[in-house]
Amino acid sequence: MENNLAHGHRFGMVIDIDKCTGCGTCMVACAAENNVTVRSDESDKQRSITWMQLYKITNGKAFPHTEVSYFPRPCMHCDEDGHGHHTSPCVTVCVATATRLDFNTGIVSQIYTRCVGCRYCQAACPYHARYFNWWDGYKLIQPFPKGMERSLSPEVSVRTRGVVEKCTFCHHRLMRAKNKAYAEGRREIEESEYITACAEACPVQAITFGDLNNPNHKVSQLIKSPYAFRLLERLNTKPKVYYISKKDWVREMADNYLPGEFKPISTAAVGSR
Amino acid sequence: MDSALIPDGVKRCSPTSFFLWTVPWLALLAWGGISAILCLGLGLNQTNMSNIFAFALWIVFDLAIIALGAGAFFTGFLTYIIGKKELKNIINAAVVIGFICYTGAMGMLAFDLGQPVRSWFIFWHANIHSMLVEVSFCITCYMGVLAIEYLPIILENRKLSEIKEFRLFGHNLHHIMALFAATGVFLSFFHQGSLGGMYGVMYARPFAARAGFYVWPWTFFLFILSAIAAGPCFTILCTKLTEAITRKKLVPSSAIQLLAKISGWLLALYMVLKIADTLGWIYGVVPKAGQQFMDFFREGPYGLWLLVFEIIILGIIPMIILLIPKTRQHSGWLIAACLMTCTGIVLNRFMFIVVNLAIPVMPFDKFWSYLPTWQEWGLSMAVVGYGMLLFSLSYRYLPLFPKETELNTVGI
Repeated sequence: MENNLAHGHRFGMVIDIDKCTGCGTCMVACAAENNVTVRSDESDKQRSITWMQLYKITNGKAFPHTEVSYFPRPCMHCDEDGHGHHTSPCVTVCVATATRLDFNTGIVSQIYTRCVGCRYCQAACPYHARYFNWWDGYKLIQPFPKGMERSLSPEVSVRTRGVVEKCTFCHHRLMRAKNKAYAEGRREIEESEYITACAEACPVQAITFGDLNNPNHKVSQLIKSPYAFRLLERLNTKPKVYYISKKDWVREMADNYLPGEFKPISTAAVGSR
Repeated sequence: MDSALIPDGVKRCSPTSFFLWTVPWLALLAWGGISAILCLGLGLNQTNMSNIFAFALWIVFDLAIIALGAGAFFTGFLTYIIGKKELKNIINAAVVIGFICYTGAMGMLAFDLGQPVRSWFIFWHANIHSMLVEVSFCITCYMGVLAIEYLPIILENRKLSEIKEFRLFGHNLHHIMALFAATGVFLSFFHQGSLGGMYGVMYARPFAARAGFYVWPWTFFLFILSAIAAGPCFTILCTKLTEAITRKKLVPSSAIQLLAKISGWLLALYMVLKIADTLGWIYGVVPKAGQQFMDFFREGPYGLWLLVFEIIILGIIPMIILLIPKTRQHSGWLIAACLMTCTGIVLNRFMFIVVNLAIPVMPFDKFWSYLPTWQEWGLSMAVVGYGMLLFSLSYRYLPLFPKETELNTVGI
């Protein structure tokens, strides 16, 4: 396990690809929880805002050997590289310090009111996990439908046009859990007290959330699985979102490999991973 | 009508002809103005930029004109620091071109920001680790330097120089110009470099990522070198274009030839390092990311031909033309070589910006394409219109080419 932030929390996620059915509940729950804007026409997928995005993948084989899986992709909350060379790709480049890696939680945050909308962070992110507000979702040009304000979460600020937004690991839920713990005289929160909306909503419990630094949390145990992997791991972005799949072709899809470089688990020693 | 403003001893066209000449440039400005109003009023949805193409035409234009505007600081460096006296005949034009390029780029950048009113946050909440912060600081300061360099040229206007205080101020500014030239060189080296650094530091984008020296990726040095190679070429092109339009000889051949020769050698050095960098990328960054060279050129319209064009056709060929005295002295070849060098640098910036973003990094992601909207073209063309207008006004009313009178009376 990566332990760059041994003294703090390091919240992360484990997504079991083999359990995921691609139903999209995580996407809906995420959007509803985080006041993500929805336009009447969302057909322009390059400009839609989907903090949690589902990528459909196939093994490329013809019927009847075709297999389909889904990669739910939130922000990877990339970490520092552990050598002091660089931090998350987006954090390093942000011109106005509008995004930062919190060393107490491992969460990569976004300060909407400070973002100047230069989009350098979007260019630097290989996961397309950052979204720009191309339209004003709530006022002026697109008047917010009457009564719709009741659907907004009071815990999450709405975003104006011209700023970048992204998955925050439902940071407001962490705040809520911490406030509760403080009110009850506790210094630490329980594992079950802070989970993201997508993890809570997933009908097949494919998403597990917790503190990767806490050996008692399920996530820190799950990532020890020989079938655990991360997206584009070799780019050294150190994502805090892990995936699990027993399918070799799925794991191979998670990163780029030179011919003959990928070692299927069935032929390699499982314990060596 | 405006004869009192025209420099002594030179001939200019009639005000009516001049006005007609400016009409197309004013039209471009109007097109840009409409585009700007739409983008500010309705938002950047007026463009075809997207979450994939976070940077697009405007940034290509910005980086291209900033590289091409490098002729100002580099000619200043050669004139005032190295002491190449013959370049005093072209330095005024180089400064005006630089001023146009930099102010045009900054103007465009303001519209490219999602929240332009927050642009001061870049200075107030500066992230010192971001190459873009270095770019912003240096470009802003350098714009001030360019304005100071432009000011004495404006004060040399026939009518303005009649005012004693202006004349004295302009004269004194000329005396300390070496100081500003040195400041300009320092600032320009850093922002030209940081513009390259912006892409080299994208370590999670294997197409752009580069290793480097200390905090500077190799693109930092390559961008400086390519800018100082292409900048003088652009200055030569603008001068030649002015000479062609006015049907006059404005700059002595010695100045043009010196600039072209220096440009040729710098281009040669750049090409050696660019080829070394490309090989280093092919055998270092690319396999480390688990990819093969051709993976980046397999899909979409941006094929390997772009790299061939950039390095061979728009790099090595103009380099050879500029290095051989005989071809360099031939006006047609010289213009062709300068044009190729400038196009090559624009193509280089295009690849780091648009091609870089079009190529997917995740294996299950797809190749994206992008075409600008008329609003994006409008704002870009407005910079061309602004440049033509300001250069035309400067040529008409300011002593842009000190040898103009001398060169055009010799033959009579």
